[in-house]
Amino acid sequence: MSVAEQSIVGAEDRSPGFLDSSVGRKVVMAITGVVLFGFVTVHMLGNLTSYMGAEAMNHYAEFLHTMIHGMGIWVFRAVMLTAVALHSWAALSLTLSNRAARPVGYRAQQRQAATWASRTMRWSGVILGIFIIFHLLHLTTGSVHPSFIKGDAYHNFVTGFQVPAVAAFYILAQLCLGLHMWHGVWSFTQTLGLVHPRYNGLRRNFATVLTILVVGVNISYPVAVLTGFIH
Amino acid sequence: MEKHLNLTLQVWRQKDGKSEGSFVDYPAKHISTEMSFLEMLDVVNEDLIRKGEDPIAFDHDCREGICGTCSMVINGRPHGPKERTTTCQLHMRSFSDGDTITIEPWRAKPFPVLKDLIVDRGAFDRIIAAGGFISAPTGCGQDANALPVPKQNADLAMDAAACIGCGACVAACPNASAMLFVSAKVSHLALLPQGQPERYSRVRDMVAQMDSEEFGTCTNHGECEAACPKGITMENIARMNRDFIKSSLTFRPEIASGGAG
Repeated sequence: MSVAEQSIVGAEDRSPGFLDSSVGRKVVMAITGVVLFGFVTVHMLGNLTSYMGAEAMNHYAEFLHTMIHGMGIWVFRAVMLTAVALHSWAALSLTLSNRAARPVGYRAQQRQAATWASRTMRWSGVILGIFIIFHLLHLTTGSVHPSFIKGDAYHNFVTGFQVPAVAAFYILAQLCLGLHMWHGVWSFTQTLGLVHPRYNGLRRNFATVLTILVVGVNISYPVAVLTGFIH
Repeated sequence: MEKHLNLTLQVWRQKDGKSEGSFVDYPAKHISTEMSFLEMLDVVNEDLIRKGEDPIAFDHDCREGICGTCSMVINGRPHGPKERTTTCQLHMRSFSDGDTITIEPWRAKPFPVLKDLIVDRGAFDRIIAAGGFISAPTGCGQDANALPVPKQNADLAMDAAACIGCGACVAACPNASAMLFVSAKVSHLALLPQGQPERYSRVRDMVAQMDSEEFGTCTNHGECEAACPKGITMENIARMNRDFIKSSLTFRPEIASGGAG
């Protein structure tokens, strides 16, 4: 019998700390999620420079590396690393709590409201994690890139996507991103309490439009390379 | 019009909290479509008792949809296939002749099975005891309308207070989270002037108790809202989250002695 079953939590024990509480961990999940989907949106917009040719894209890449005297990219990397670490920690911690809360399952559970996206958040998240590692090795460090030229982002981008298997993995990862964002963008408003009947339609539509935009444009990059539109 | 059904029940049988349970098949013959689901179980139990077998244990009390006791998962849905309907208010006309019906108890670690379909929902009582109340001085009742309450808030508080604490939200949640229940109890007091003095300590204490009972956490699937026999909405969870965040940002530990005086 757990302590909880015997008594009400004593007054002195009632502050288990924000990061230990269920809602606190959800808030960490939501805020880091906002940072991450904000990033993928900007990332998607930045890559539009690939449609403007080698010079535009390389110029943009150089700007990212040199902004604020070269410090900008390191501040950005630190923020991203922290956000990803906290997001993964919250996901793992909450998932473990949730699994433990139902040791014996149902023979037949009929879902009424859960969407495919909401039920696959863990899996789409794990695939995205693997993808991010591959993506960094592929286009940031070039370790798994067949013909990586440091400083020539456009060349790396085009030759990278010319490998069909790589392009296919990017497209698969973007579909996972779509599932993850569609539930996540809506979900963070719920977790942070940004709910009001006046704006409920807007919350769902915002998630849908942003997801389609980000995923659609991102998928267009490997497709454009494979079809020779970008070369 | 009244018809009669022959059904097969697959019922979770478990002797007590320590024993292993399993599904057992029972025929339910000549069941009137005008019976409630619980009356159907009564008929099956009478037959079991006549045969000298242990009747199926299930919780029930008011049988009019307001006590929240008749907890069972019917064909994978808490309280069965009808929306906003408790098991006692579910009629056999919702089923067809020849159906096989699976009946299971609520499944959650904080709701241990006591016997068959009966679970201990004491965790909910402890969450209420942790903060789901207001401290009011005793004495004469106040004059009516001495405390103005906006009509909309009164309505929203009433909607939240409609929660009967049945636990269907926990049973339906893929994570066995109790956030719909806790948020309904937090909201119904947070929306009224009488609930204001303890508003932010209440949400803190109730969430702490919910966590220490080891319920799961919300991932915003919306299953709870769909299963709730009283139509409690997820807007309450958002309100609870908002109050919890505010409470965490502005919390001051209690000090031993009072201020001046």
